[in-house]
Amino acid sequence: MDAYLVRKENHQPELTAAHLEIIPDQKKAERVWNGLKQKLSVTKRNEVYKCFLSELPEMEGILLMFVRHVFDSKHSVEKDYSNKSVLAVEQIAHKVYREKHRMEAFVRFQRTADDLYVSSIEPDFNVLPLIISHFQERYADQHWLIYDNRRNYGIHYNKDTFTVQEVRMEWEAEAHHEFLPASMCHEEEVVYQSLWKNYFQTINIQARNNRKLHIRHVPTRYWKYLTEKRSL
Amino acid sequence: MRMWDRIQEKLQILSDAAKYDVSCSSSGSKRSNDSKGLGHTTGAGICHSYTEDGRCVSLLKILLTNYCIYDCAYCVSRRSNDVKRVGFTVNEAVELTINFYRRNYIEGLFLSSGIFKNSDYTMERLVRVAKTLRTEHRFNGYIHLKTIPGCSEDLVKQAALYADRLSVNIELPSESSLKALAPEKNKTDIIRPMSYLSNGIEAYADEKKIIKSTPAFAPAGQSTQMVVGASPENDLQVMTIADALYKKYKLRRVYYSGYVPVSNDSRLPQLGTPVPMIRENRLYQADWLMRFYKFSLREIVDPKHPQLDLDIDPKLSWALRNLHQFPIDINRADYEMILRVPGIGVQSALRIVQARKHSKLDWDQLKQIGIAVSRAKHFIVCNSKERPRDISETVLRQQILQQSKYAATLTSQLSIF
Repeated sequence: MDAYLVRKENHQPELTAAHLEIIPDQKKAERVWNGLKQKLSVTKRNEVYKCFLSELPEMEGILLMFVRHVFDSKHSVEKDYSNKSVLAVEQIAHKVYREKHRMEAFVRFQRTADDLYVSSIEPDFNVLPLIISHFQERYADQHWLIYDNRRNYGIHYNKDTFTVQEVRMEWEAEAHHEFLPASMCHEEEVVYQSLWKNYFQTINIQARNNRKLHIRHVPTRYWKYLTEKRSL
Repeated sequence: MRMWDRIQEKLQILSDAAKYDVSCSSSGSKRSNDSKGLGHTTGAGICHSYTEDGRCVSLLKILLTNYCIYDCAYCVSRRSNDVKRVGFTVNEAVELTINFYRRNYIEGLFLSSGIFKNSDYTMERLVRVAKTLRTEHRFNGYIHLKTIPGCSEDLVKQAALYADRLSVNIELPSESSLKALAPEKNKTDIIRPMSYLSNGIEAYADEKKIIKSTPAFAPAGQSTQMVVGASPENDLQVMTIADALYKKYKLRRVYYSGYVPVSNDSRLPQLGTPVPMIRENRLYQADWLMRFYKFSLREIVDPKHPQLDLDIDPKLSWALRNLHQFPIDINRADYEMILRVPGIGVQSALRIVQARKHSKLDWDQLKQIGIAVSRAKHFIVCNSKERPRDISETVLRQQILQQSKYAATLTSQLSIF
């Protein structure tokens, strides 16, 4: 029997196909995951998780194919790149990994008047869970908040309890822009943003200008949250 | 002038002067933040942004001061150049670094300097910035310090105890060019600290294997830079130096910086001379072949071919000069030989070797793995009926060149046999 898995909102009913709604079942999920633990390395399991976070429409279908292939095979198929689903899982996981890496690079904190470092982002994939440990270790001695404006949730770190929590915000109209207004910021914030922007423009070597290369590395969809791209 | 305007001006002058030292790396060191200080480093480094010339921005790269007693012809801060001279205090440099870091603008600091008074005086101040960051601010981010040529070993040692990476620039690909363009610098002053550090890094690394509490000593190693296009040396001379430095002093990176004209000094290319960017690109590609693709220096350049092709990359160039070694069977050839196929990179080569354990690979699968099939197809056979036609080097070269991204700028350089 050839089954295909899609998220409810992506489902297009077909004439010749029967459809069945799957209700999430914790016990069954654990059974499958434990089974995968027997057959897959930690690395590969992490890839499956990353693939899941991609939220791509074809993601569920690929994961189903992959999991069935894993259970159907006696030997490890992790490196069997001739199989479409094995390759797809790795490639999607890699895309998600790259987006995680991009967010670690592109998050720009603004210091508020209350000494909270705030940042807004709109990642292509749901990478907030993947960037927690990086920011928690790096900014252990400052309160910070990173908010995913596309998915409307964020992560908040408290430097006194050393813990990270998931948060949902009801933004005041004036606060819900890419950057906080100066009135909400620490008195030095405007200066440091200006210094950074100045620095960024100064270090460019005009004789080597290469806009294509520039945009390939920093796609325009990320510009609105980058301090150095702000018109100050 | 108000305080912030002063800082703004200093930052502008001192970052503009530092930008020709192209090292951007924030990799090679793993510092963790165990004691809840500020920051950590990731082994791979992070490029927080990219400038409009396409180069990565990962560190705050500044001179501590652009005062300089030397008069190196290619340098914008040379003594005889009429520019405004400013300097950061140790505290100003520290505060800038910390505040940029807290906002996730940077991975850390890259600190160089003009030579103020003498080498030791200058180096001592650089070390002080690094020491203040580490000890007073519990800063665990990345620090790259320049080694001032001619400074004392004791200062170099101190620098290595606080910094992740140290570098001293070779500057030019020959001693005679160095004499002509930077008369106050000499080879000994440059090589001595490089050699000292190389020994020290190895010694500390060995000791750390036995005694875990051994302090870190330049954990991200050393790098250096050569300016290309400011002096007449060919690619063979440039790569010979790079090869020797990698082997003898175990440098992590050699950077090749295409000369950007800064004056009309008759010893150098005039203002307006284009930056040799394609040549620079080919040098980096050659460097990669030596470090990651197991090529030896003489396979890439030799006295008969002392200059890298501009129109094609060095790997393809080698393949065309060695067509008798192709085609190879992708399902049977050694990993080392697969690495040599134009259009197959290190990642793909690794994947191929893994994947073919499960099934014989055909063109579709090779394409999915990510090799550049249009290029590689001339050099390999796989699980398919198609075989590459026997074609000559000339024809193959023309064919590939037509697809080259540099085709537009190189029409005058196609060689015709």
